[in-house]
Amino acid sequence: MMDTSTNTILECKDLTKRYGARTALDGISLSLKSGRIIGLLGPNGSGKSTLIKLINDLLSPTAGTLYINGHAPGLETKKIISYLPERSYLDENLKVSSYLSFFADFYEDFDTGRALDMLQRLNIDPALRIKTLSKGTQEKVQLILVMSRRARLYCLDEPIAGVDPAARDYILSTIINNYDENATILISTHLISDVENILDEVVFIHDGHIRLHAQVDDIRCDQGRSIDELFREVFKC
Amino acid sequence: MAWNLDSSRPLYAQIAELVRLDIISGLYQPGTKLPSVRELAAQAKVNPNTMQKALAELERSGLVHSMRTSGRFITEDTDMIQRLKEELAESHIREFLEKMSSMGMTPADTLALIEKILKEER
Repeated sequence: MMDTSTNTILECKDLTKRYGARTALDGISLSLKSGRIIGLLGPNGSGKSTLIKLINDLLSPTAGTLYINGHAPGLETKKIISYLPERSYLDENLKVSSYLSFFADFYEDFDTGRALDMLQRLNIDPALRIKTLSKGTQEKVQLILVMSRRARLYCLDEPIAGVDPAARDYILSTIINNYDENATILISTHLISDVENILDEVVFIHDGHIRLHAQVDDIRCDQGRSIDELFREVFKC
Repeated sequence: MAWNLDSSRPLYAQIAELVRLDIISGLYQPGTKLPSVRELAAQAKVNPNTMQKALAELERSGLVHSMRTSGRFITEDTDMIQRLKEELAESHIREFLEKMSSMGMTPADTLALIEKILKEER
């Protein structure tokens, strides 16, 4: 695998987001490299989703700057970011195949063959309507759509919350199997023990501040404990 | 094969140990090709960068070498593999002897007991 550590895919400086009087992100600065799987970890309400929404141009910053591959969030960045939102946006009345054509229409980097192959392995018939699928299967379909793009940055907001352990395993192995060494995957979650073995780096976020940004194996080496244990201590209530 | 990884220790080091053991035990034969990084990563349920780092460690030790385009191969140096096997066995035996000694077993007691057990197994 090539060393792509010199390429910065995401850079933000003094990034701030306020909702009225409440500050969700308080002047954070962060630089993420290409070719990494990064966990964005923090308790509920810490600012994880706000950051992800800013990256995806669903919110505008109150102050500070944010660049993805050198561009401010907008049309150019949407071409290279594949986003899995926290909640499903699939219209229950549509068929799986309709989404395959939407994604192929919207995104130049969508690989229909790859999506069909993954659906087939799960025995999901593309002719089925979304509403006939179980919740777990709907989550898998959405992940398949997102991971079938050849994006530079994948933003997965809570990809494993609310699914059973078998579906969790499927989701994590799908992430690993589709991971391309030049892409970066940002996974926001609070289910740390489930994901920590697939991470290269972690960013701990709390009360709108970044508490820690480190390589996971460095943490294990220095602290002699898992990311989950460290998290529990840092965020002890 | 199940990869039992302990999340409180660096994963790449544990993976390197496990692959080393598979080479020593002969599961991966000298001179044969290792599965790809991606395949091994999927098996171990870790990310390919971590697997890459583990294999790089094995390359540094000379146990594995990479051929630019065709992948990674196990060393054909069977003496080296034999030496590693003996080193590993020796360190396990020393650890075991320490445990016996902490129970108050002398080396002679321990040896006698081992012989007795071996005889029973036969």
